[in-house]
Amino acid sequence: MPMSSSALGDSLRRRPWAWSFIGAAVVWLLTLGLSNGAGAVQSLQTALFFAMFYAIVGLGQMFVITSGPGNIDLSVPSVMTLAGLVGMAVMAQNNAAILPGLGGALAIGLVIGAVNFGLIALLRIPPIVATLAMSFIVQSVAIAAGGAATLKPPALLNQIAVARFLGVPVLPFLMIAVAGLMVLVLRRTLFGRAVLAVGQSERAAWLAGLNAGRTRFYVYVLSGGLAALAGVLLAAFSGGASLDIGSQYQLASIAVVVVGGTSVLGGRAYPQGVWGASLFLYALVNLLNLAVVKFGLGSAGPGIRLILTGVMIVAIVAIARDAD
Amino acid sequence: MFEALGQRPADLLRSLLPVIGLVAVMLGIYSYRPNAASYIGFNLLLTYAIPVALAAFAQMFIIAAGDIDLSIGNFVSLVTCIVAVVLPASPVLGGAILLLLVLAYAAMGMLIHARRLPSIVVTLGFSFIWLGIAVLILPRPGGLAPDWLAALVRIRTPLAPLPVWALFVLSLLGHLLLQRWSFGIVLRGVGGNPKAVARAGWSVLRAKAVLYGLAGFFGVLSGLVLTGIATSGDANLAPNYTLLSVAAVILGGGEFVGGKVSPVGTVLGAMTLVLMNSLLTFMNVNSDWQLAAQGLILIAVLAARTAISKLETRSAHAHVKLSIGR
Repeated sequence: MPMSSSALGDSLRRRPWAWSFIGAAVVWLLTLGLSNGAGAVQSLQTALFFAMFYAIVGLGQMFVITSGPGNIDLSVPSVMTLAGLVGMAVMAQNNAAILPGLGGALAIGLVIGAVNFGLIALLRIPPIVATLAMSFIVQSVAIAAGGAATLKPPALLNQIAVARFLGVPVLPFLMIAVAGLMVLVLRRTLFGRAVLAVGQSERAAWLAGLNAGRTRFYVYVLSGGLAALAGVLLAAFSGGASLDIGSQYQLASIAVVVVGGTSVLGGRAYPQGVWGASLFLYALVNLLNLAVVKFGLGSAGPGIRLILTGVMIVAIVAIARDAD
Repeated sequence: MFEALGQRPADLLRSLLPVIGLVAVMLGIYSYRPNAASYIGFNLLLTYAIPVALAAFAQMFIIAAGDIDLSIGNFVSLVTCIVAVVLPASPVLGGAILLLLVLAYAAMGMLIHARRLPSIVVTLGFSFIWLGIAVLILPRPGGLAPDWLAALVRIRTPLAPLPVWALFVLSLLGHLLLQRWSFGIVLRGVGGNPKAVARAGWSVLRAKAVLYGLAGFFGVLSGLVLTGIATSGDANLAPNYTLLSVAAVILGGGEFVGGKVSPVGTVLGAMTLVLMNSLLTFMNVNSDWQLAAQGLILIAVLAARTAISKLETRSAHAHVKLSIGR
C-alpha cells in the first residue's frame, strides 16, 4: 500500500492542477449533501456557465503571470466593463450588429493590452502600477461613456450565450476546448515555449535568441482581448452591461491561476488548472450562498460569505504551495 | 569633477521630484483660489492628507518588505467601523480588537514569508476578510466617533494648522524609524537583500513580522483619524486608499524592486495626491475623470523618473569613456 500511495503522491506532484478538480468535486458533493441531492445536473450546468467567465479571464492572466516574476494584469475588471458597454452600445439590441459590436469590443481589449505593455516596456513602469493606473483610466472612460445605465444585449446574442445542445451548455464547452488548445499552444508552439522560457529565466531565454519584449507584448494583448471577450459574453449572458460588471473579477482572475497550480514566479502554467480552479471557485461561492440560506444567517450572510471566501482563498494558496 | 557635473544633477533631480510635484500642485491651487494660502485654507485642504499619509505609511512598510498590500483600503474602512461602533460602547473591547488587528497584520506577514506566498494574492484574500468583518459590525454606514477623537482632529494648533504639524511629525518619525534607527536599516534590508540580512544573523521572519505589524499599526491610526474627520464609520469608506497609498509611496520615490522607500517622500506624495483632487475640482474637472487623472499622474511621474535614470546612465557612460580616453 505505501507504494501506491507514494505513486499517487508523485502523480499529484507532477500534476499540481489536479488539486483544483479534487477541490471542486469535494465542494460540489458538499453542496449536494446540503441540498439533499436536489438538482445535481442543473447545478453542474449552471456551474459550467459561471465558471466559464472566471476561466476566460483566468487564461489571459495565466499567460501574463507565466511570462515572468512581477508580471500581472490588474486592468482585467475595467477592460471587461468597458468592452461590455461598448459592445452592447454598438449592437444596440440589433441582431445584425453583433459581429461589429464584438469586433469593436475585442479591439478595445487588444489596444488596452498593447498600451499596458507599452507602459511596462517603454516607460519601465512596474506591471502592478502600470496596469492598475491603466485600469483607472479605462474605468473613467467607461463611467464617462456609459453612465449608470444598463445596456441590454441583442436577443440573438443572449440566445447564443445561454445555448444548450442536448442539455449540454455550448459556450462553456467551446471554452473548455480553448483551454485544451492552450495546453497544446504552451507545449508545442514557439510562442508557448517562448512564454515559458522567458518566464523561467529572461537571461537564458535571451541567450537562446528569444525576444522577451515581443513575447510579453503578445501576452498582454492576449489578456486584454480575453478580458474584452469575457465582458461581452457576461453582458450577453446576464442580460446587460453595467459599470460594476467586472468588479469581482480582479481577485478571481488571479486566484484561479494560482489555485490551478500555475507558478506565480512564472515559467510554469496549467490551462486545465485554470478551469478546475474556476469550477472550484464558483462551487465554493455557491456552497457559501446555500449555507447562508440553509442555516438562516440572514443579514449576517454577506459578511460571513466574504470572510469565508477570503479565508478559503488564502488557505488554499498556502496549502497548494507545497506542490512546488 | 565629472561626478559632480554628470551624476549628481540626475540624483538631485530624482530626489527633488516629489517636492517639484507638490509645489506645482500648490501653485495650481493658488492660481485658482488665492485665499487657499491661509491657516483655514491649509486646514481644509490638508485634513484628508493625514489619514491618506498614514495609510501610505502602512503601504510603505509592506513595499519596504518587497511586497504589496492590496487590502489596506478595506482594512482602514474596517477600523472606522470598529472605532465608530465598538469603541464608544466599550473602550477596552474596542482597543483590544484594534490591537488584535495589528497582530493579525504581523501574522499575515509571517504567513507570507514562511510559506513564500505571493503577497498580492494573500492580501487580496485578506481584503475580503476585512470587508466581511466590517459588514458584520456595520451593515450600513453609521455609528458615531467618540467625542475625544472628533475633538482631537479639530484642535487649533499654533503657527500652522493641525494637518501641517501632523504631517511634519509623521515624516520626521518615519525618517528616524527607517533611516536613522539601526533596526530600521535591517528592516529596509529585508526587501533589498533578505539573504544578506539572514547571513548577518538577523531573523528575516521577525523583520517581516515587524514590518507588517507596523503596517497594521499605521493602518489602525489612519482609520482612527478618518473616523474622527468623518465622525462615522462605513465598511466602504476607503477602498480607494489602496491605490492612493501605493501611488503616494511611488510618487515619493519608492520602488517595488529592492524595497526602496522614502518616508518623507511618501508624506509629500500623499499630500500631492490629496491636493491634486482639490485642484481637479477647482478646475471643474468632472468627477468621472478624477480616477483617470490620478492614473495619468502616476504614469507621468514614473515616466519622468525613467527619463532621469536614462540621463543618469548616459552621463555615467560618458564618464567612463572620458576616463578611458585619459
